[in-house]
Amino acid sequence: MRAHKFQGTKINPSKFHPSQIRFLLIILPIALFMLLPLIYIFNHAFKPLEELFYYPPRFFVEQFTLQNFVRLFQVTGSSGIPMSRYLFNSIIVTVLVLFTSVLISTLAGYALSKLNFKGKRLLNEINTIALMFVGVAVTIPRYLIIEKLGLIDNFFIHVLPYLAIPVGLFLIKQFVDQIPNELIDASRVDGANEWQIYTKIILPLIRPAIATIVILSFQTVWNSADTSTTYINNDSLKTFAFYMNTLTSNTNGVAGQGMAAAASLIMFLPNLLIFIIMQSKVMDTMAHSGIK
Amino acid sequence: MNDTVAMKKRISSKAIREQQNIAYLFVFPYALMFIIFIVVPVIAAIGLSFTYFDTVRTPIWIGFDNYINILTNDDVFMQYVIPNTLKYAIIVGPGGYILSFLLAWMLAQLAPKIRTVLALIIYSPSLTSGITMAVLWRVIFAGDNSGYLNSVLLNLGLIVEPIVFLQSKEFLLTIMIVVTLWSSMGVGFLAMLAGILNVNQELYEAGYIDGIKNKFQEMIYITIPSIKPQMLFGAVMAIVGTFSASGIGVALSGSNPTPQYAGQLIVNHIEYYGFNKYEMGYAAALSVILLMIVYFFSRMSFKLFGSKDE
Repeated sequence: MRAHKFQGTKINPSKFHPSQIRFLLIILPIALFMLLPLIYIFNHAFKPLEELFYYPPRFFVEQFTLQNFVRLFQVTGSSGIPMSRYLFNSIIVTVLVLFTSVLISTLAGYALSKLNFKGKRLLNEINTIALMFVGVAVTIPRYLIIEKLGLIDNFFIHVLPYLAIPVGLFLIKQFVDQIPNELIDASRVDGANEWQIYTKIILPLIRPAIATIVILSFQTVWNSADTSTTYINNDSLKTFAFYMNTLTSNTNGVAGQGMAAAASLIMFLPNLLIFIIMQSKVMDTMAHSGIK
Repeated sequence: MNDTVAMKKRISSKAIREQQNIAYLFVFPYALMFIIFIVVPVIAAIGLSFTYFDTVRTPIWIGFDNYINILTNDDVFMQYVIPNTLKYAIIVGPGGYILSFLLAWMLAQLAPKIRTVLALIIYSPSLTSGITMAVLWRVIFAGDNSGYLNSVLLNLGLIVEPIVFLQSKEFLLTIMIVVTLWSSMGVGFLAMLAGILNVNQELYEAGYIDGIKNKFQEMIYITIPSIKPQMLFGAVMAIVGTFSASGIGVALSGSNPTPQYAGQLIVNHIEYYGFNKYEMGYAAALSVILLMIVYFFSRMSFKLFGSKDE
């Protein structure tokens, strides 16, 4: 009897219990508030033009249509570059960043955790401090450095600044730390070299952390318009996120709103999809994600 | 006998050297990107902050003049930027952090299925892109009666005339805070939720035997000490998120400076001086101040939740 009562109020209960209702009463309104803007985008994106003009405005869509998406794809910017070009740029940038950032942070994470080299402690400490690094604070010196390196208007400037993610390295290292040294020593005895250890032992065991970095990186790169605004003048090299911003800030008036909502939806859905697919792995990573 | 020891030593020192070389090879790509795009910009910001630099001529060394000017001559900075930044940072930073912990804590006490759904709903706003969303916020807060909020308030009879929310001195900062809080339940929130779910159940049972009386004591004496690392991670993420998102005022109001400086935060001030007035030295000094503020908040979090042994 008493044990049953404990089930309800304890942390991580396995099933519903009436005592959980008090928490639901608090959380549900908050969740609704969080959800409202998202529901609004969904509805707005599928509204036909007339409904966007409704006064007073109506929240829910009545005549479901794909008009906004069609117009979004047909509109070309003032420079005459079709939207598909921007989308293509963004996909290339995102794929490059995901692949490269996972590669370099897992390599570095393995070395930092299991190999010995001079400067290891220092790099580790600087990286931990850099967790608090706020990119926007150094926009200007970054710009000057990139200019000095001659990377203005170079397509790869979309990729390079996002490759070193201190949080990513940090999460990876924590995962590698948990792999027992005996396992690695044993395979060394069996004649495996460091690269084989990295590909055959480390990578498979840190999959949850990799999934998490993929999500974090995807979110940053896919949503970022900063590199296009700051480092790229050539319109044909800019990204989808940038295009969405100019499109939505230049098209004043009601017609633009529908397209803006459609654009937001296109920006948002891939993020959500990737997260839902990898949700359990992310939670697994986060359970170990503390700073000690 | 001695020979074999010497040989073993030679082999092992060779192996160590080899391993070290491989380690450098593995670390190199990350370290290179890290240095070029994080370390050097920070050092450059510090260097430039002691100069006058208009992007055309070579920087001129002026010592602490930029800092002195910021503190004594920059009326906008003292009157608007600092109070706005403090108000925004304290509500969104610590406020948002406490909120996300409490949400995680309550969610952890719900049945698994409903918990997953609610956690996803609360997390998903952090997946939206700030600037694209700004356009849609502008529709919600639009200043005429086509705005959703104005329309609702007019219908309810709470106001007689539509309020020009995004250009108003009274509302802009509040709206920025609400919008940022909305999208602030990110990885820090997930980390704390996962941490709480993984606390050893026996600790709670032991705690109740030792005389813990209610949920609040349970949270203070068991939950929080057990997830200190996640609490710290969450705090650092909250601080970074707060300052990274602070371009939102300009995105919402459509101008930098924001109307009557109502939503002017230090990040906007930096961009205004750097990209509108081309006073790079001055902007760099402001950047250094921002970095110091962020660092100060982080050290505080480490004091609160960091482990003693390091």
